[in-house]
Amino acid sequence: MVHFPLLTTILLTPIWGILVLSIMPREADKTIKMIAAVTMAIALGLTLYAYWAYDITLGGLQYVEHVPWIEELGVAYSLGVDGISLPLLLLTMLVGFSAVFVSWNIDKRSKEFFIQLLLLIVGAIGTFVSQDLFIFLLFYELGIVPTYIMMVVWGSAERVSKEYAAMKLTIYLLLGSAFMLAGVIALYVNAFPAGMRTFGMQALAQAHVLGNLSEHVQVIVFFLLLLGFGSTLSMWPFYSWAPDGYAAAPTGVSMLHAGVLKKVGGYGLIRIGLLILPLGVKFWAPFIAIFAVVNVLYAAFVALAQKDLKYIIGYSSISHMGYILIGFAALNVISIDGAIANMFAHGIMSALFFAMIGLVYDKTKTRQVPELGGLAHQMPRIATGFMLAGMSSLGLPGLAGFIPEFTTFVGAFKVYPLYTFIAISGIVFTAVYILRMLANVLFGPRREEFDSCRDASGAELVSLVLLGTVLVAFGFFPQILIGVINSSVEPIMATLMGGAF
Amino acid sequence: MNIALLTSEIAVVILALLIIIFDLLLPRQETRRSLGAFAVCGLLGILVYTFSQYGISATVYHGFFVVDTFALFFKQLFIVATILTLLFSLDYVEKMTRNAGEFYALLLLGLVGMMVMASATDLLTLFVGLELMTIVFYVLVGFDLKSVKSSEAGIKYAILGSASSAVFLYGVSWIYGFTGNIMLSQIAEHITASPAVLFGMGLMIAGFCFKLSIVPFHMWAPDVYEGAPIPVTAMLAMASKAAGFAIVLRVFFVAFNDLQMYWLPIVSALAGLSMVVGIVGAIWQKNTKRMLAYSSIAQAGYILSGMLAANPAGVKGMLVYAVLYMVANVGAFAVTLAVYNQCGSDDIEDLSGLSQKSPLLAVVMTVSLMSMAGLPPMAGFVGKMYIFMAIADSGYLWLAILGLVMSMISVYYYILVVRAMYSNAVKDQQIFTMSGSLRIVALLSLIATLFIGIYPAPLATLANAAAMALW
Repeated sequence: MVHFPLLTTILLTPIWGILVLSIMPREADKTIKMIAAVTMAIALGLTLYAYWAYDITLGGLQYVEHVPWIEELGVAYSLGVDGISLPLLLLTMLVGFSAVFVSWNIDKRSKEFFIQLLLLIVGAIGTFVSQDLFIFLLFYELGIVPTYIMMVVWGSAERVSKEYAAMKLTIYLLLGSAFMLAGVIALYVNAFPAGMRTFGMQALAQAHVLGNLSEHVQVIVFFLLLLGFGSTLSMWPFYSWAPDGYAAAPTGVSMLHAGVLKKVGGYGLIRIGLLILPLGVKFWAPFIAIFAVVNVLYAAFVALAQKDLKYIIGYSSISHMGYILIGFAALNVISIDGAIANMFAHGIMSALFFAMIGLVYDKTKTRQVPELGGLAHQMPRIATGFMLAGMSSLGLPGLAGFIPEFTTFVGAFKVYPLYTFIAISGIVFTAVYILRMLANVLFGPRREEFDSCRDASGAELVSLVLLGTVLVAFGFFPQILIGVINSSVEPIMATLMGGAF
Repeated sequence: MNIALLTSEIAVVILALLIIIFDLLLPRQETRRSLGAFAVCGLLGILVYTFSQYGISATVYHGFFVVDTFALFFKQLFIVATILTLLFSLDYVEKMTRNAGEFYALLLLGLVGMMVMASATDLLTLFVGLELMTIVFYVLVGFDLKSVKSSEAGIKYAILGSASSAVFLYGVSWIYGFTGNIMLSQIAEHITASPAVLFGMGLMIAGFCFKLSIVPFHMWAPDVYEGAPIPVTAMLAMASKAAGFAIVLRVFFVAFNDLQMYWLPIVSALAGLSMVVGIVGAIWQKNTKRMLAYSSIAQAGYILSGMLAANPAGVKGMLVYAVLYMVANVGAFAVTLAVYNQCGSDDIEDLSGLSQKSPLLAVVMTVSLMSMAGLPPMAGFVGKMYIFMAIADSGYLWLAILGLVMSMISVYYYILVVRAMYSNAVKDQQIFTMSGSLRIVALLSLIATLFIGIYPAPLATLANAAAMALW
């Protein structure tokens, strides 16, 4: 077991699942779901093993695989995870596994649905494990077309048509990625002279050290990347695809998009932006901090005015991206630790939120806050899930959301005291809309029209239990998360501090 | 003189003649499907033979006709495109016309024209090949006598096509007049940037752009693509366009290489315009073939932009793109044709519910269209990366950005097709049937598109060898 290709196995497991699903007969509804679940269980198990076996004292890239792929371009099938990508990989698996169970009640064309759901997960896994920019790009947009199809076929929409929401999401994300691709091309062409060019992320990170990338080039390239990753991360002003998209998507897809795929943007900013283009990041960081504050406050205000549960959580998730961005923009070890941990915590939390909303919608057939109330009487389990997610969202100590946010603020306050202060005040608004939503939906007098609604049971409980446990576990033992992240961020920042900053 | 270099062209001509003869000999009632199968088998043999020509770089007829890796690359592309087109259209041709034998024979003669174009090293041979190809296409476009649209398209193509040929020939005459040569390599030696030569070059560019359907010489494409029988449209979109690029590359990088400072700005403008107009035009289309026509205008723009790098890397990108564009088109047209066989029309609406009736075809169509749009991990992405990296290296980052943005916008109309296939309700409940050969072609296109997208190294090596032959 010296060189067991662990990451390739993790990557290929869902692909293998897709192949198996595609030869299943369409009517084999339960078999299809079970295959999808087994696939994700294997992948989750392997990832847990990888997380457990990751050597914190060593830090850096581990489980490295390297096979030359397109030699003339300098592309290699190069995989590896470090403290930045490993938590996000784990996040992908946790949310992906839950998403399969959340979708257990989908009866219409379930074969196609689960194939596409797995494709979405493959895309996320691929971006997090690849250490080669080209391979990263191959996976980056894998989820777009499946998302579109899933939204228009299985989605539901109230405010805007689901076709509109799906097209908006597709075009927004793709336009962003067009600029990102241009940035990557400019980076590739400028980093090394012809003949020595490479897409390897490690090698590209050396280009700055060698002085091949002038500040001018870095500023332009990072700007292009920011357009792309920023729209993936729903950074203001490129956010408007997100609420409509989440609202129209089926629950499993909302979970994956808000929980995982969005984080690919943040991951890209750190992995490609910070590590390869430190001067560009340094130039744009103050602007990003401003965008971050706008993200936090603007989205929180909009969330205050929403009536639809999915829109509230959609805007809330945009608002939370502001915390990640300000942590990124502060560019020190603590704040970046916090930003990455926040990506993980927010991913779990928003996935749990969307899962619970999906359950409530399934049972009561409405997502409008004014039409709901007192659900804790009929559905105590769902109410528990809601409470956990809500409390984590507003940063209650003891849940996974607290430590990351706190760390972020500690790190960012040193650099941007004013912005951080404003951003912290955003928590007040978060508390207002979260608590008001919880109170209106879950508590209050018992309503008779919901008496016939049964509480979550069976497969529906899987996501609640799994994600809820993670929220609590990482709340009480933040070191499992922060330790891993810090083991990689610290050496990286130490090198950058010496050179660029 | 080594006539053996012409073996593959001669073999295709003989194949075409044999088909005409068999057509005469076969009893009138008997199906002509066998002739199509015969053509496919013959072409497969010729394709295998062409592999033995690798590594040769020799000329025949006093240097007018060259067999090198570059020519060979294109010839194999044309032959493969023809084989695949024949395979998926056997049913269609049988239904469309009673003169299937002539149809196949003409298609093969068109193929000969393209092969001659790929090998031509002088303006006259080049023109002969070009005309052989286009005249055959004038006939083929109007081949569906029952359809008014087809006849209209045939006439339209013939009139506009001959006008553009005349313009091209006029340009050639200026070049000949001022350099005293028609051999491309000789022209390169005697060329000077005099206004007359530039005028001639401009006229030739206009002529080429017509054949490639580059904006602003693209007006014919949507009507002709829509009217022509589907296999002919497919051949027009992939093979005839690739043949056009073969001669453009040879003429500009061999004969006009020293005038780069004059033609590079023009080419960059034409390429950018084609991307924008093609994609904006495609957004409004309701007919699959018409949509693919506009999309092919944009694709021509992408391929053309590779010229701006003016180095082997750019040409390599163009060659890779030409191949993957062919592969994607085969998939898209095969599906269009299968649907046409089923419901007798080729509007995007007719694809409704295809994912329920034939999941394979729906996937093939989706993957083909997304490959044209350049989404990873489909082949189109790799092709765009090759081209845009090459031109960004030569200082055309702006065009690369424009191209990437436009290609993402193009997803808009491609995904509307996907939506029709996956989201719309099934229109009729009749069982969807398709021939085995069509299924094989569709599957091949799917596998090839994904394979090139994920592992482009083998194709890139081939393309690189071909591109190096020009320098």
